[in-house]
Formats: sequence, C-alpha cells, structure tokens
Amino acid sequence: MKVHNNKAWWLVLPVFLLVAFSAVVPMMTVVNYSVQDIFDSSSRFFVGVDWFKQVLRDSRLHDSLLRQFIYSGCVLLIEIPLGIAIALTMPTKGRWASACLIVMAIPLLIPWNVVGTIWQIFGRADIGLLGWTLNALGISYNYASNTTDAWVTVLVMDVWHWTSLVALLCYSGLRAIPDVYYQAARIDRASSWAVFRYIQLPKLKSVLLIAVMLRFMDSFMIYTEPFVLTGGGPGNATTFLSQTLTKMAVGQFDLGPAAAFSLVYFLIILLVSWLFYTAMTHSDKNS
Amino acid sequence: MEWMAWTLPTALFFGGIGLLLVGMTVWELRSPCVERRGFLPIATSRGDRLFIGLLGSAYLHLMVIGVTDWSVWIASALSVVWLVVVMRWG
Amino acid sequence: MLRKRVVLVLYILFLLVPIYWLVNMSFKSNTEILGSLTLWPSSFTLDNYRVIFTDPSWYQAYLNSLYYVSLNTLISLSVALPAAYAFSRYRFLGDKHLFFWLLTNRMAPPAVFLLPFFQLYSSIGLFDTHIAVALAHCLFNVPLAVWILEGFMSGVPKEIDETAYIDGYSFPKFFVKIFIPLIGSGIGVTAFFCFMFSWVELLLARTLTSVDAKPIVAVMTRTVSASGIDWGVLAAAGVLTILPGMLVIWFVRNHVAKGFALGRV
Repeated sequence: MKVHNNKAWWLVLPVFLLVAFSAVVPMMTVVNYSVQDIFDSSSRFFVGVDWFKQVLRDSRLHDSLLRQFIYSGCVLLIEIPLGIAIALTMPTKGRWASACLIVMAIPLLIPWNVVGTIWQIFGRADIGLLGWTLNALGISYNYASNTTDAWVTVLVMDVWHWTSLVALLCYSGLRAIPDVYYQAARIDRASSWAVFRYIQLPKLKSVLLIAVMLRFMDSFMIYTEPFVLTGGGPGNATTFLSQTLTKMAVGQFDLGPAAAFSLVYFLIILLVSWLFYTAMTHSDKNS
Repeated sequence: MEWMAWTLPTALFFGGIGLLLVGMTVWELRSPCVERRGFLPIATSRGDRLFIGLLGSAYLHLMVIGVTDWSVWIASALSVVWLVVVMRWG
Repeated sequence: MLRKRVVLVLYILFLLVPIYWLVNMSFKSNTEILGSLTLWPSSFTLDNYRVIFTDPSWYQAYLNSLYYVSLNTLISLSVALPAAYAFSRYRFLGDKHLFFWLLTNRMAPPAVFLLPFFQLYSSIGLFDTHIAVALAHCLFNVPLAVWILEGFMSGVPKEIDETAYIDGYSFPKFFVKIFIPLIGSGIGVTAFFCFMFSWVELLLARTLTSVDAKPIVAVMTRTVSASGIDWGVLAAAGVLTILPGMLVIWFVRNHVAKGFALGRV
C-alpha cells in the first residue's frame, strides 16, 4: 500500500512547474484568441462565441473531422491486430530477439518528415520502386492524383511507421507471462488458439490499452507525414485535422477561428483520453 | 503579457477555475473525501466529479452553440445545474 | 513454427525495403535517379553526401538537432526521476488528477500550441535557441518519462527503501546510490523514448527556430527549389537522419531488451 504523504509534492514540483509553463500559458493564450477578432497586437475586438459558432458549422471542418475519425479507426483496426500477430511470432530470447527488436525500432526513430520523404520516393511512379513495380504489373497507381491510392498510401505508411510500436509493447507484455502458465496449458493440451484467448490476451490487456491510447492520440494529431507525402491532396482527400488547423492559423492567419477550432479539437482529445485513462486505471485495479 | 491578449471575460474565467481548484484543495485538506458510487457508472472522488462536471459543461456549451441559436447564457445556466447534480449525486 | 517465421520475415522485409530504396537512391546521381530504375547504383557516387558535409548550413543543422535532443533528454530525465518516485511510492493530494493532467499534455496536438509557443518564447527572449526547443519538447516528453519510469519503479520492492532508511541513508543519497542503479534499464528505455520523440518532431522545432538553432528536419525542405527537387541530396540527408537513431538503439539495445522484458513500457 502506498503511504499518504503530501510532502511528495516537493518531488513533483519541478515537473509541475516545467509542464505548466509550456502548457498553461499557451492554453490561456489560445482561449484569449478564441473570443477576439485580432488584426494586430493593438487592434483587437471582443466577439464572444462567434468564432465557435462559425467553426462548429463549417462543413470543411466537419469533413476533416469525419476523415480523421475514419483514418484513426482504420489505423487502430489494422495496427493493433497486426502488432499482436507480429509480437507472437517474435523469438523469445537470444541474438535473434535483440536483432528483431533493433530492426523493428528503426521506423520509430526516423524523423516524421523523412518518413514522408521515404514513402514519397518509394511510391512515385517514375522513380519509386513501389510505384514503378505496380505500374509495370499493370496496376495503375498514382498517389498524387488518385484519391484511393493516396488514402491507401498514407495508411500503409502509417502501418509501416507505427506497427512496430504496438508489436514491441505487446512483446513486452508477452514476456511478462510466467512459464508456469504455458506449462499448465501444455498439460491440459490446450490448442494454440485457447492459449492465446485465455492466457496471452488477458495478460496483454493493460499493454494493449496503452498501445491503443498512444496510437489513437498520435494518429489523431498526424500532420507531418501526409503533409510531406501528399500535401493533403488530391483535393482535400488526405487533409486531416491538424493540417486544416495549421492552414487556418499559419496560412490564412485566422487566429480567432483557428484558436476556437483548437479548443474544440482539444476537448475531443481530452474526452477520448479520459475514457481510455479511466478504463486503464480500472483494469489495473481489477487485476 | 501584452501578447497573451487578455480580455476581462477570459481573465474572469481562468480566475474562476483557479479559485475552484484552490477551494477544492482546501476542502480536501479540511475533510478528505471517500470515493463513492452515484449514478455514474464508476466510483468517483470529489475531484473526479468536478472534472466530469466541467467536461460535460464544455460539451454542453459546444452543443448549444453548434446546433441551436440560443444565447450562450442558457448553456451556462444548464451547466450550473448539471455541475450541481453531478457533484451531489454523481 | 515455420509459418511464424514466414510472417516475421515478411514483416521485416516490409520494414526494410523502403529504407533500402532510400539508401540506394542516396548513392546515385540525379541523372541516374530520373533516367532509369536501377536496383543498385550503376555509377556509385558519394557526391550527395559531399554536398552535405561541405556545406556548414547542412552539418550545423545536424549538430543543432543533436544538441537540443540531448538537452531535452537530460532535462526530462532529471525532473521526471523524482516525480516518478513520488507517484510510485506515495499517495498525495490530487495525485491521480495531476497524473492525468500530465498525460493530456502528451496528447495535445502541437498544432494547437504553435502560435502561442512562438510568442511565449519570443517574449522571454529564447526564440531561436536550443534551450527553447528542448523546453518545448518537454511538454510531451516529461509526461511520457514520468509514465514509463513510474512503471519501472513500481516493480522495485518497497522494502529496499525502508532498509536503506533504517541503515541511515538520507533520501538524496539513497536515491542516487541505491535506487537509480536498480532501475538502470528503466532509465535506458526512458532515455530512448525521450530521444526518439524529440528527434522525430518537426512542427515545434521548426516554429521555434530560424537560423542559429535550425534543426536538420527543417533544413531538408531546402532541397526543393525552383528547378525541382534534388532527390539525391534529399535521400542522403534522410539516410543521415536515420543514423543517430540507429546509434542510440545500438547503445541501449540490451537495456531496451531487458526493459521490454520487464513487462512494462
């Protein structure tokens, strides 16, 4: 049992101050922007909730929000099962285990715009291996002009980039299962499906929650990779929330609407992450 | 501080939030609360209920602004009712 | 068993082929890249790398990135260690809410904060310095570090703390001499994650710098000019951004394997 001691606050204080400095001040500024029409630092007017009204009824935003949810959904549906499957096939110990770990960690350590670049030069029909091969096989493929191709390419890129994270997390969860469990299963002659369903999956629950949470958050704020790869196109087909927001704030300098939109965005993330967090702490409590 | 573009309403809003947090801390120090189960599906402490109440109010405001043409004050009034309900029976 | 192998090998091939293509391209001249598709550079050239290593604005950008990433890892670890200890050993007023608040910062999309960040750091005179980027990246790295370290620390039995206190250790001495060596691999894994997320981040790093602290990821956009994209140099720069990451994995590989094996990341 943990001891109740409010002096522990002194240990947390540096973290609190550091994060508060970077989080609270900008957050307050965003709230301030969201209720004003700002021309420059000297002329600004209070407009109340007008920006929120505009933003919440903007069909462009509805579209990119819907697109974002579909995208995050697809990412989770593909990466979580695939990650579990890969983790199950990884060798458990020895040289090969560390070799696998290292190779699988590589995509995670590539800067996000370089990930975009890699897939750009891999997928292009003229100079890319993938695009060239597909076209040579008679499959017409061009991620820059065809909506479906662009979507699939962005998705495959995300799978390439992040499945390893899920796999590594699951791998760590699997390693935590004591051998006794497997021995018992062997005595009972359990099928490998039964071993997975009744031994491995329950033990993976808490790691999987972390994986789902991280993947949801990161895919929900994805910006750099599709920006480099497709620039949000063709049309608006791969323009996700972050990009719409950045276009508004930096490109058109619409500070008020961009701030209002940021807050709505933040509220969505806050709700979803609170749900995950509650689920996580409760599953910890029950196990 | 000029670049933060403060306005009176937002200053009041953050002041209110700050006071609420201070108040909750003092209350907690005076009489520590026990987690309990209300109409919400999980056991909650006082702080949890405040968070749920505030998050709910934020979404309520968004709904009123986004879907209806009512004044924001209606949303605020509804939020106060919701907050009290959650804090008392949640 | 064989089927498992096949799946794993296929997956690893899937990971490596795009990287192979990048490396392959970085050793080709632009005429060869645009001229024909070759699986191996027919006229092997180091010119693309020469461009990068002879131009100070290129290699300086690498040093900038490495500098702020190391700074960030150092700051994140040093503030997160005591905090994670507090979370793993004590209950205190508002602990759960504080923890959740920290996590929400890991989740806040950077796009939301871009402009205020720029103004905040300009107003305190830190714009275009390495420390600004390092501090900004703390926003998402510190919560993550606390989260990971807390998991590792909870795995260390409390009896060790109590015995040390009975033996007359003060808290700082106990923490540095006994506790930190115990969670060595945890610190390795945490450093790995901090390095990784700070290294790969582009938006904040680009917004907070202009000349002196410009990171490599921002300089890379220069290869796009009016005359088209300089594919060879772009590929070479890409390869060079992968190398530091691979070095880090190599150094912490045992820790990471052990850390992952502890069942909590």
